[in-house]
Amino acid sequence: MLRLIVQRLLLLIPLLLGLSVLLFGWVRALPGGPVQAMLGERYTPEAAAEIEAQLGLDQPLIVQYGKYLLRLLQGDFGVSLQSGRPVIDEFLTRFPATIELTVVALVFAIGIGIPLGYVAARRAGSIVDHSAVVVSLIGVTVPVFFLAFILKYLFAVELGWFPTTGRQSATMIATHPTNFYVLDGLLTAEWDAAWDALVHLILPGIALGSIPLAIVARMTRAAVSEVQNADYVRTARAKGIKASRLRGDHILKNAMLPVVTTIGLQVGLLLSGAVLTETVFAFSGIGSFLADSVFNADYPVMQGFVLMIAVVYALVNLLVDVSYGLIDPRLRRQQ
Amino acid sequence: MNDTPDKKKVSGAEADDVVLRVEDMSVDFRTEHGAARAVAGANLTVRRGQTVAIVGESGSGKTTLAMAVLGLLASNGSVAEGHIWFKGEDLGHVSPQRMAQLRGTELGLVPQDPMTNLDPIMQIGRQIDEGLIDNGLRTRRDARARTVELLDEVGLPDARRRASQFPHEFSGGMRQRALIAMGLSGRPALLVADEPTSALDVTVQRGILDQLTGLTEELGTAVLLITHDLGLAAERADIVVVMYRGDIVEQGPARQVLTAPQHEYTKRLMAAAPSLASRRIEIARERGLDDVLDEALLAPGEEHGTTADAADAPAAEPAPLVEVRDATKVFSIRGNGLFSRSKDFTAVDGVSLDIPRGSTVAVVGESGSGKSTLARMILDIEKPTSGTITFDGAPVGAGGHREQIAYRRRVQPVFQDPYSSLDPLYSVFRAIEEPLRAHDYGDAAARRARVEELAEQVALSKGQLQRFPSELSGGQRQRVAIARALALSPELVVCDEAVSALDVVVQAQILQLLAGLQEELGLTYLFITHDLAVVRQIADRVLVMQQGRMVEEGTVDDVFDSPSTEYTRALLDAIPGRDLELAL
Repeated sequence: MLRLIVQRLLLLIPLLLGLSVLLFGWVRALPGGPVQAMLGERYTPEAAAEIEAQLGLDQPLIVQYGKYLLRLLQGDFGVSLQSGRPVIDEFLTRFPATIELTVVALVFAIGIGIPLGYVAARRAGSIVDHSAVVVSLIGVTVPVFFLAFILKYLFAVELGWFPTTGRQSATMIATHPTNFYVLDGLLTAEWDAAWDALVHLILPGIALGSIPLAIVARMTRAAVSEVQNADYVRTARAKGIKASRLRGDHILKNAMLPVVTTIGLQVGLLLSGAVLTETVFAFSGIGSFLADSVFNADYPVMQGFVLMIAVVYALVNLLVDVSYGLIDPRLRRQQ
Repeated sequence: MNDTPDKKKVSGAEADDVVLRVEDMSVDFRTEHGAARAVAGANLTVRRGQTVAIVGESGSGKTTLAMAVLGLLASNGSVAEGHIWFKGEDLGHVSPQRMAQLRGTELGLVPQDPMTNLDPIMQIGRQIDEGLIDNGLRTRRDARARTVELLDEVGLPDARRRASQFPHEFSGGMRQRALIAMGLSGRPALLVADEPTSALDVTVQRGILDQLTGLTEELGTAVLLITHDLGLAAERADIVVVMYRGDIVEQGPARQVLTAPQHEYTKRLMAAAPSLASRRIEIARERGLDDVLDEALLAPGEEHGTTADAADAPAAEPAPLVEVRDATKVFSIRGNGLFSRSKDFTAVDGVSLDIPRGSTVAVVGESGSGKSTLARMILDIEKPTSGTITFDGAPVGAGGHREQIAYRRRVQPVFQDPYSSLDPLYSVFRAIEEPLRAHDYGDAAARRARVEELAEQVALSKGQLQRFPSELSGGQRQRVAIARALALSPELVVCDEAVSALDVVVQAQILQLLAGLQEELGLTYLFITHDLAVVRQIADRVLVMQQGRMVEEGTVDDVFDSPSTEYTRALLDAIPGRDLELAL
């Protein structure tokens, strides 16, 4: 297990090096180069020359790349052109919001998806089964932004059960030591702030969780259908064990193997930022900021965020692989 | 559901020692086309301490009957008629809760395939513990000690440590032992043993069966033994029940059924039994005049005329088609620790072998003996680490891409599992046509004609060409696999356990087909098998392998009649049905 973790962490090095080359090359390959991209309509040859000298762009590419790499190693991802703040700071203030949103979306997707898929498989052909199919089809086919709008209109605007936008109410005054707003509320014992932050997460969480919900439900249904007909389940029944033990220890646990894989992939995607959902709910996670940076040609942000998202994605995948080993003893040995 | 304070009283007139009485029982499965009857009006009786064997091919309803007794029919199956009297209760009509109570206490099961019948992610010990606990036989605290006792009892070495291991850390034989321990853990009055050893090597089979028989005798357990193997039934059972297409066609004391079979099907089953009694398939023997001569004297090409240059070769000393000299294959296995070095594993160790043209050479051995690796080297799938393999005088694996493709045309494999070696999305026609396409054989019309010719050779009808593998029986699928292998008119066909997965009657048909095709097309066969009975039926020469080494080589008659090594003798002894031979 330890060996796996070390191996995978070491693999991160070539991955990040490769990615940095790509990102570095990509910015240089922009039409007119980075300077044109930065100046836009204010472009004059003089201004360009000045910026080039200032940023060291007149030096050979290999030197530029070396300097870029050196800065990366020191945690210097450059400065955002939009805000003038360091990219790393922008990331660190927004990422907790994205994590919170991901957690809520996952709780929604797993909490409903697994039971739904399980019941659908155990009662194949029943009403539950058919409705599970419909639910997961809707989940996959309805565009996220559309679902987000509907949810917002219905539950926030019309019914007023939930706030429409943001991470907390404008009237709420709270301290934020960690930037995880719900956690902050709990840590500082500002219960109303924690509740307020949680309520803000519900609608975007549901919108974001709809696709994973559909996928998890379908995956669970397929896996349970297969496992419940496995020879070892029949053998377990032949032992006369309790029904609850048969369901939990034999059927559900074995069926979870492929589902965990699926969930792992989804977590990676969710953490990469949910542009559409965050935009609709004006939720300040990394997704909406990354989208803004694309519109504003804020290339240091794009470069930095892509790199940091890659690290997060790789770490999440490592975590998922480790968790397989905990469930499946066969993998433990191979690893 | 109903409490039966005095079971003996309820069973009334029945003799005290009757454990199970199945009366006019029928089992139906609900399908889209209405009810399908899998077992029709079955009657049988099992007495205390008795072993009753149900013999039949797959689909005969033997497993369905046994599962009905255990209340473990698939969800669309049910007992439609009749009764299953077990100690005074009708198991066909008790509540599922009562059935669950009986399973694991009064009723035990040893299932067929040890590879699929253990939960892969639960410790072996826990899988036995849970039955003991849920059936109230042991408390949570005492369960493990009892489990270790049970594993010890079935001959599992180092049971305490083994109990905390997972199924993938067990060999097939060890898993089967664990399953036997599981089946007997509740000390059942009746144990259903469903093909308990058919997935294991012959030598392992014998040990496991001895263990099972010894234990059930000691405990006085009645056994309902399900098997397709008449030899095994003859050896182990008191009563033999023969099933065919859902009907019990014959039953009686084992010896009586086997020595004087009454029903036509039983006779066929007898004739097809791959026991030592049967000799090489008739058709292979009926070769006209040449047959009188030893095969070794046959000039290559004279009879078969498949290769042009073979006809020019001097007839005196025919060179073998395949020559293997000192072939060794070493695999390196990665170590476990972070810095541990990889270890070498010698799968095949200095094996030499000739395969004469037009003959059948069999390589036998248990799993892990290196026989499949040897076959893979001859197929040019693996490269030998040292030693040489030549085919028709030219070294195998030398030359470029073009030579390799040419080689693939001349040597074709037929694999073991007819269920997984055919693409389920390819029709039979497409499956057979595929190699023709891959090797640019003619145009569409020519290919169609060739496929139809091949289908005829393997006795598949034209109508079957449009079907898909899922619509075919195991035997039919194997015919498709053979037709596909023959499509490019190969000279050597490598059959890797090609008939092992088939029922005996079907197995005999396929062996007959292969022998006929050899006669007709002048094929050379390399048979890889663990089944010595099959070797006896089809091979000219046999090579016995053990742990990568060749331990014995010779003609089939020599090796079978006077085995020179202990290992070969053990293999021969392990074949079920030597008893049967004596009886006949």
